[in-house]
Amino acid sequence: MVEPNAAAPTEEHDVYDGILAETITITGHGGDDIEAYSARPLGPGPFPGVVVIHHMPGYDRATKEITRTFAVYGYSAICPNLFHRYAPGASPGDAAAAARAAGGAPDEQAMGDVAGAVQHLRRAPNANGKVGVIGYCSGGRQTYLAACTLDIDAAVDCYGGRVVATAEELSPAHPTAPIDLTAQMRAPLLGLFGADDRNPSPEHVARIRQELEAHGKTFELHSFEGAGHAFFSTDRPSYRVDAAKEGWKLIWAWFGQHLAEA
Amino acid sequence: MCTYLTRDTEVAGSGLGADGWFSVGRAVVYFDHPQDAPVDHALCVDLVERGATARSAPKRMALELDATSARRLAETILAVLDSPEALELA
Repeated sequence: MVEPNAAAPTEEHDVYDGILAETITITGHGGDDIEAYSARPLGPGPFPGVVVIHHMPGYDRATKEITRTFAVYGYSAICPNLFHRYAPGASPGDAAAAARAAGGAPDEQAMGDVAGAVQHLRRAPNANGKVGVIGYCSGGRQTYLAACTLDIDAAVDCYGGRVVATAEELSPAHPTAPIDLTAQMRAPLLGLFGADDRNPSPEHVARIRQELEAHGKTFELHSFEGAGHAFFSTDRPSYRVDAAKEGWKLIWAWFGQHLAEA
Repeated sequence: MCTYLTRDTEVAGSGLGADGWFSVGRAVVYFDHPQDAPVDHALCVDLVERGATARSAPKRMALELDATSARRLAETILAVLDSPEALELA
């Protein structure tokens, strides 16, 4: 168990409690302008950054709420709309539908967009220079990819499916099983899973643990009994309050340890 | 789990959207996390406007049903289509 770093921001931090949340434009993959949601604490900082990768249903209200939660806890957070290109200006649902119909956001493009969000956070005048990435559902898989391919300081994979993938599960948009990139992982990884999930299943999580251990990576994996996929989603039947509360504690501890100012 | 399970097919007809009727040309069918239906996984159908181009926001009629309802709907559609009157007219 990682103890929270005393210097890291927490909700109980005795400072002015205010955030600014707004839609912004960031430079994503290929130099494209894409929509993103920014939520950051008010105050001089310096603040660590967090990129929030949305789930398969898209850049929606629930993910924006998660993004704001990071700001409340003292992190400058950005959620890039990975489906923006498919339906600029459309509702999150329409954009997610358009992205799905097009075969999904390709990994290379998604990593370019996440890298753009990381760069945006690092350039902020009140940044402390550390940036983590967290993702849920399909975003958990993309977070594992980011930990292996991008220059980030910490990662949290929340029940990302298909990190372990069969050849049949690969596609032109998703050509690589993220677990095969584990050797090159640069960021410490926290994985949060539901024991009742089928993808990632407990067997998948065991495979991931084995691979991380084999390559000597810094990581923690936690599986919660009585929880399945999407246990953080307060607006879905899959929500599990005990797992979610414990999960949030682990997230604060992980980012508190790895994103605190050096 | 995210199933990523998606199939699509050409269709012809009309759909009623918020701004009136529009021609539909494609149906995208998937069983995955819904946007709104209160289930973990739903059978989702997007009926997309004819002539929709990539990189735009096409009009669509969206449906998200729990698996049992979706199967019942599919069986009902087939039962109607398979009735003698419908077979004669189709």
